[in-house]
Amino acid sequence: MGKKTVVPIGPYHPLLEEPEFFKLYCDGETVVDMEWETGYNHRGIEKICESKTFEQVFYVVERICGICSTSHPFAYANAVESIAKVEIPVRAKLIRSIVGELERIHSHLLWVGLAGHFLGYNTVFMWAWKYREPVLDMFEIITGNRNSYAMFTIGGVRRDISAEQATQLLKVLDDVKIKTDLLVGAVMDDPVLHARLKGVGILTAKDIHDFGAVGPTARASGVDIDVRRDDPYAAYDMIKWKVITTPEGDVFAKAKVRLLEMYESISIIQQCLELLKKEKVGDIKAKVKEIPAGIGIGHAEAPRGEVFHFVKSDGSNSPVRHKIRAPSYTCIPTFRRSCIGGTISDAAIATAAVDPCYCCTERMTQVYDHRTGKRLMNAEELIKLSQQKTEEIRKKIKV
Amino acid sequence: MGFKEKCFKKSLWVFHLSAGSCNNCDIEILDLLTPKYDVERFGMKLVGSIRHADVLLVTGIVTKKTLPRVLEVYNQAPKPIVVIAIGACPCTGGIFASGYNFAGPLDKVIPVDAYVPGCPPKPEAMLAGVVKLLNKK
Repeated sequence: MGKKTVVPIGPYHPLLEEPEFFKLYCDGETVVDMEWETGYNHRGIEKICESKTFEQVFYVVERICGICSTSHPFAYANAVESIAKVEIPVRAKLIRSIVGELERIHSHLLWVGLAGHFLGYNTVFMWAWKYREPVLDMFEIITGNRNSYAMFTIGGVRRDISAEQATQLLKVLDDVKIKTDLLVGAVMDDPVLHARLKGVGILTAKDIHDFGAVGPTARASGVDIDVRRDDPYAAYDMIKWKVITTPEGDVFAKAKVRLLEMYESISIIQQCLELLKKEKVGDIKAKVKEIPAGIGIGHAEAPRGEVFHFVKSDGSNSPVRHKIRAPSYTCIPTFRRSCIGGTISDAAIATAAVDPCYCCTERMTQVYDHRTGKRLMNAEELIKLSQQKTEEIRKKIKV
Repeated sequence: MGFKEKCFKKSLWVFHLSAGSCNNCDIEILDLLTPKYDVERFGMKLVGSIRHADVLLVTGIVTKKTLPRVLEVYNQAPKPIVVIAIGACPCTGGIFASGYNFAGPLDKVIPVDAYVPGCPPKPEAMLAGVVKLLNKK
């Protein structure tokens, strides 16, 4: 092998919205190895959550990621409600699902746009983001804000959806469906996109299992997982919908899965709105007096995959421990399979294909050896290792 | 009108720096470029390098890891430059102010010309911030 060239990308790079650092080791045009460094966005959210009350934590977890700002509260609500053993009203379940699916539509449109931008196809970027605007307007009408909706609370939701809003929402959905048809036609039939995306960044089902990747990334490689179906929460077991999978595993397959999922989301919202008519207006919150001591686990299917929250309560008014695992945390390491072996020019779209969200990923990790139970590589051990190496070099060169 | 404001009468080129944000303000900034708001008709555009920029938009809290990078980006900027803090996080720290990785509000790190509070501020609010800054007497 010839000399390796290092191509550094980031932490502040026009391609990246968030600060993260990639090092691509290249041999000619081919990427032979890659490293990445995150941690720029680490804000200490899990620790902040421990200083807030159970109600206030919703507004903190919402701000883990601006795009998944329903999914994190969703998983947290599932966790807390499993401790308190609350059964939430059907109307609240339906509203939760509606907001969750609206978020999926807006997130997938956002991804299609950004993927177009990465490929130098700015027309797709402008189209997708233009079609996303009515969805954001709808969010503003239903929840009061374009992003960060503050819709969830323990035992239900904070705002009801009125009959007028429901009619308006149905109209917007019909419009979005027409626009999705246009977008799907434009993406699926475009010869340039075919040439650029097919066979690029392939992840096999084995890779998905090896890295534990979730969400559309896994479904595009033929791994049939979806939390909404496998462990139904909110209203997902009351309605008919299907999980989209495709076996190819390349970037085109991921785009296909996301675009087709938008149709499913539209259909879920339409069915929820139909069911909403039968429920009593205003019955949106179950009374919760206290959160008893215990451990709660909640998960939800975010647009990027499974969001997992672990909450431990000691009977006081705030959590003692709150652990968060976001989908990108397991999806990002798959870069080692999808980028290595490809060309530098394909690396951008191969990394963007999993829809990485670095602000979700910025969690602290400690690795324990499962045999000895010992923590691997803390700072002291690293220093010790470094000192050992110096010692060895000293012996070798005899100084 | 000050010297700085006079320099920026014409098309503004913008560099976006996410110090440690939740993506919310970042996607709202991108939203400004897309058909609904379309600030490119005023000659504003996002540029890839701080060395070409007139305006530095900062989003998110300044974390301990990004602090030296924010300073470096500011030092590389051609002066005069307008710094705008977008969102509650760079203005005050917002909800993350009590976090252990918070390195202080943006104006403790670099001089700030305008603050656009909100979580996230609407694209209209960001435009209003720039207009206010340009009309400053």
